[in-house]
Amino acid sequence: MIEVKDLVKSYGGHKAVRGISFTVESGKIYGFLGPNGAGKSTTMNIICGTLASTSGSVTINGHDIYAEPIEAKKCIGYLPEIPPLYTDMTPAEYLDFVGRAKGLRGAELAEQIEEVMELTDIANVRSRLIKNLSKGYKQRVGIAQAMLGDPEIIILDEPTVGLDPIQIIEIRELIRSLGKKHTVILSSHILTEISEVCDHVIIISHGKIVANDKLSDLEEKYTSDGVLELQLKCSAKEMETLAESLAKLAEDCETFVEKDGTCRIMLKYLRANDIRSAVYSQVCKSGITMLAMIPHEKTLEDIFLSLTSDDAVADETVDEKNDVADAASADEDTDSNKDDGDDYKPLFG
Amino acid sequence: MSSVYRKELRSYFCNMQGAVFAGFLLLITGIMSSLYNFKGLYPSFESSLAETGFIFLLIVPVLTMKILAEERHQRTDQLLYSLPLKVSAVVLGKYLALLTVFLVPVAIMSFYPLILSMYGEVSLVSAYSTIVGFVLMGGALLAIGMFISSVTESQVIAAVLTFGSMLAIYLMSAISNLIPATAQGTLGAFSVCCVLAGLIVWVMTKDVWVGATAGIVLEAITVFCYFNFTESFAGLFAKVLDKLSVFDRFYLFATGMFDLSAVVYYLSVIVFCLFLCVQSVEKKRYS
Repeated sequence: MIEVKDLVKSYGGHKAVRGISFTVESGKIYGFLGPNGAGKSTTMNIICGTLASTSGSVTINGHDIYAEPIEAKKCIGYLPEIPPLYTDMTPAEYLDFVGRAKGLRGAELAEQIEEVMELTDIANVRSRLIKNLSKGYKQRVGIAQAMLGDPEIIILDEPTVGLDPIQIIEIRELIRSLGKKHTVILSSHILTEISEVCDHVIIISHGKIVANDKLSDLEEKYTSDGVLELQLKCSAKEMETLAESLAKLAEDCETFVEKDGTCRIMLKYLRANDIRSAVYSQVCKSGITMLAMIPHEKTLEDIFLSLTSDDAVADETVDEKNDVADAASADEDTDSNKDDGDDYKPLFG
Repeated sequence: MSSVYRKELRSYFCNMQGAVFAGFLLLITGIMSSLYNFKGLYPSFESSLAETGFIFLLIVPVLTMKILAEERHQRTDQLLYSLPLKVSAVVLGKYLALLTVFLVPVAIMSFYPLILSMYGEVSLVSAYSTIVGFVLMGGALLAIGMFISSVTESQVIAAVLTFGSMLAIYLMSAISNLIPATAQGTLGAFSVCCVLAGLIVWVMTKDVWVGATAGIVLEAITVFCYFNFTESFAGLFAKVLDKLSVFDRFYLFATGMFDLSAVVYYLSVIVFCLFLCVQSVEKKRYS
């Protein structure tokens, strides 16, 4: 449906996008994930034809965006990062303009405007000036604009930025419903959004794709190991003996003594091999009181952090696959960092 | 194209901008007409229209400053690029809307000669041909203003640049008289133009060497011409400026001449500026 090949965009000396290639199949919701400045918006702008790439090609339904821009753009509805609204118009007038520009006329135009207004829930503000609308409504007018003309592909660049939590939930709901009829590409740096809404995730960092997979596959691929945390009520010495016996079960074992006198053991294990019951019986045997056993699984957040960390992309001369491998090995570092702190506060989401 | 045209037109007339523009133009022509035609009892509407020509210095910047600069400033240009519209259609739609806003007061003005004719003998043919000239000149100046609006993101800069250009165009024949009609004077004037052209190329390409090369090549051609055709070089600069003068050609209409070459000239200015405008908008996508 969309085929992006070796896209490169440089601004003067700075390369914002360095050779991105991917394909988009119909009927799915794609998530474009990456930290700020990773090249998400640039890539989307190039796909939609609002920016020219330095090299590389974009083909939409067989139409090259440069050779046949009109045909290609007819297949796309685009909401840029800053909703492109004429603030001195009302939503009705604005949608009328966009609809006409997309080639709709007469009854069809009126019908579609009603339909998208209904879907985005802006019918009640149709005759107020856009400049007087709240950020949430402006965003919705932007989405309504992208939906007009019933394009096969809808591309939304950070559609939930600056909205309140209720609006965010509503917009996500809307995007999910869009996904039933259209192919949706959604960019965000908010992980929960991507994991809630998208089927497929493309992670971009420093202008390169570092992961491109189904959400479920991605989780499986990068969360093969987990960490089991044991909180114990015992002396340090007792803990050491216990840890020795437990180390045989796990891949890796670390011990900590807490300030309040309790002890903590972190066991790293492969998820394919569940060690919980074995650990439990070992602890029981030793006669130590176990206060808690907490399995820590890697979330999309950890995957994201490890893939987009500077270590992962530092080795830029290596090709993409190696980059991913590097990132996987860098996981361990982030993991141990995470374990050092008691309360792991998510950085994103 | 029609969608952009409708949108622009709506924005001009919903924002008072169009109404204020029309009112202002009518006010000035009204004052001129009542001074010359009614108070001065002079039956030629074309001379009062000729006196109104300076009005373009003020109204063109006001009308064109936001037309493309504002789109870039508000990032709505992204919408226009992502819609299935050609850039040329967008530019043409906007220009036609501009022209329409200009034509509304001109249409009202067209009744003046008829009103005058109720009180005496009025040469309607020459009055209306002057109105045609007025429209053509306005169209050309609006096209220049629109091009200037396309090169910047700020309405204020667009307005100032447009006003400066309009002033330069207005004073063009006065400037041409300042330049000595000798071959050396012409050489000097052309050399200044070559340096300016080099600077403009430098600014546009952001490459010193390209700018310098362009300047030097142009200067070399000028010097070559100077040494080989010294006689015809004398007074050439003034002649070129006179030929390019937008206002002088309009004054010709007011003297009762319908100059076809002026029509062609104005139309070519319009086409050239719109072409530049399309290029300048296209260029934004590549930078």
